[in-house]
Amino acid sequence: MDTSIKVLIVDDFATMRRILKNILKQLGFKNLVEADDGTTAWEILESQEIDLIISDWNMPKMTGLELLKKVRASSQYKTAPFLMVTAEAQKQNVIEAVQAGVSNYVVKPFTAEAISDKLKKILK
Amino acid sequence: MDVKLINPFINATINVLETMAFVTVTAGKPYLKKDNVAVGDVTGVLGLTGVAHGTIAVTFEENCILTVVSNMFGEKMDSLNEDIADAVGELTNMISGQARRELDEVGKVFKAAIPSVITGKNHTIRHYSDGPKIAIPFQTDGGEFTIEVCFDR
Repeated sequence: MDTSIKVLIVDDFATMRRILKNILKQLGFKNLVEADDGTTAWEILESQEIDLIISDWNMPKMTGLELLKKVRASSQYKTAPFLMVTAEAQKQNVIEAVQAGVSNYVVKPFTAEAISDKLKKILK
Repeated sequence: MDVKLINPFINATINVLETMAFVTVTAGKPYLKKDNVAVGDVTGVLGLTGVAHGTIAVTFEENCILTVVSNMFGEKMDSLNEDIADAVGELTNMISGQARRELDEVGKVFKAAIPSVITGKNHTIRHYSDGPKIAIPFQTDGGEFTIEVCFDR
């Protein structure tokens, strides 16, 4: 797993961004960028080259699903790894995310091992 | 109120706290809460709509939430600040999400609002429906917390 890549963490809760940052740092990732909603995330994606997106679903302004659809519709990020980390785990949510092109899905609450396993799969 | 709506919130609370904060959580005996005064010092409240309408509230004693968030962050937290309020909001969100998933599996579909957080001694918890308020106390190594579940049917 290449840990030199640039990772964008998107969540409206600072708590979750902090937990994910801690896990990613433990895994060796150093190049981490944060956004607290989908709109800010999209601005970052337009202005910087991001290699991996880790996003929550339920956020104000632009949801994680809306961000995912926007990412997949762009020429730059249409194949970029996109990990959804969310409390929205009802069947319909998972179906919608898969149809929109999510690379993988982690349900909150999660362990550090769960994040590590999913990242290894999508960054192979 | 349909008592089958309660267990998923108890299960979710235990799982979320044990997974994210590495604390051992023991549920106490549920009781009917008569007043609106919070048992804890910081509370997350979240509205739910679907097969029933209502709210869940998760209210923590100060020592309990400081232990929980210290474990979540891997660093010592010593006062009820914005970081703690944010963490309570996210914990409430996760408990709601997991409980809704369990309810979804038996055909009871709910949607959740974004949680709000109230901090301070003897603050008031305002539930969105007039149904009975079922409180479930929990014990952890760091102190106590209580969830309240209130639905209109």
